[in-house]
Amino acid sequence: MEISKKKEDGTLIVSVNGRLDTVSSPDFDQELGQLLDEGETSLVFDMNELDYISSAGLRSFLKIAKKLKVKSGKIALASLQDIVKQVFEVSGFNQIIPVFDSVDEALSNVK
Amino acid sequence: MPKMKAPAKLENMEKLQNFIADFVGNQGFSDKRIMGIELACEEALVNIFNYAYPDEKEGDVEICCKVDQNGDIIIELSDAGQPFNLMTIPDPDINEDIDGRSVGGLGSVLIKKFVDEIDYRRHQNKNFLTFRFCKQN
Repeated sequence: MEISKKKEDGTLIVSVNGRLDTVSSPDFDQELGQLLDEGETSLVFDMNELDYISSAGLRSFLKIAKKLKVKSGKIALASLQDIVKQVFEVSGFNQIIPVFDSVDEALSNVK
Repeated sequence: MPKMKAPAKLENMEKLQNFIADFVGNQGFSDKRIMGIELACEEALVNIFNYAYPDEKEGDVEICCKVDQNGDIIIELSDAGQPFNLMTIPDPDINEDIDGRSVGGLGSVLIKKFVDEIDYRRHQNKNFLTFRFCKQN
């Protein structure tokens, strides 16, 4: 799992690549925790290169979403691959974290 | 019939996952189905690690993989821990809002999504959780 970041008009776009599972989610948690501590409050996750997510990964996103809610921040996910989308749908997480087909749509949503 | 046994601890998750991935990757299933198989196994393993051996007890988890005459993949996960059938855990309320949500209970939801047939048996003081992934689906 690797992340890369870029800022666009005050929103941080985080690309998550690889797999978000029990083994890799602690690192993800740490990196995202740091970003939130640094004051980021508007996050779009580009999931185009994320091949796999388990409940551990869902937990990571839930943590981020809860922290952002406390700060009145915004979160959106974009470009989910098929199986990742299925995981979000069957778990109901797509109802609590907004999911969009593209980064552009997600960006419009968090502004 | 490939088997792997290891202590039921998080530190062994990666090698158990690699074992499963190596087996599953060579059976002619699509990448998408392979992901589903790996996901179901990960969720089952996490639950075994968390619940099979409570109160500082330690024990192993064993995974057996095989393919039957139809090309179906059958994966059996067993442990010698307390009686525990993951599939009887009630599903979480997926309509709960963000403040009320947790990831508790999601393992069985995800397993049901990606596994074609699930069987649980308790036999000789062990739990046996068997997943069948049908070639034809």
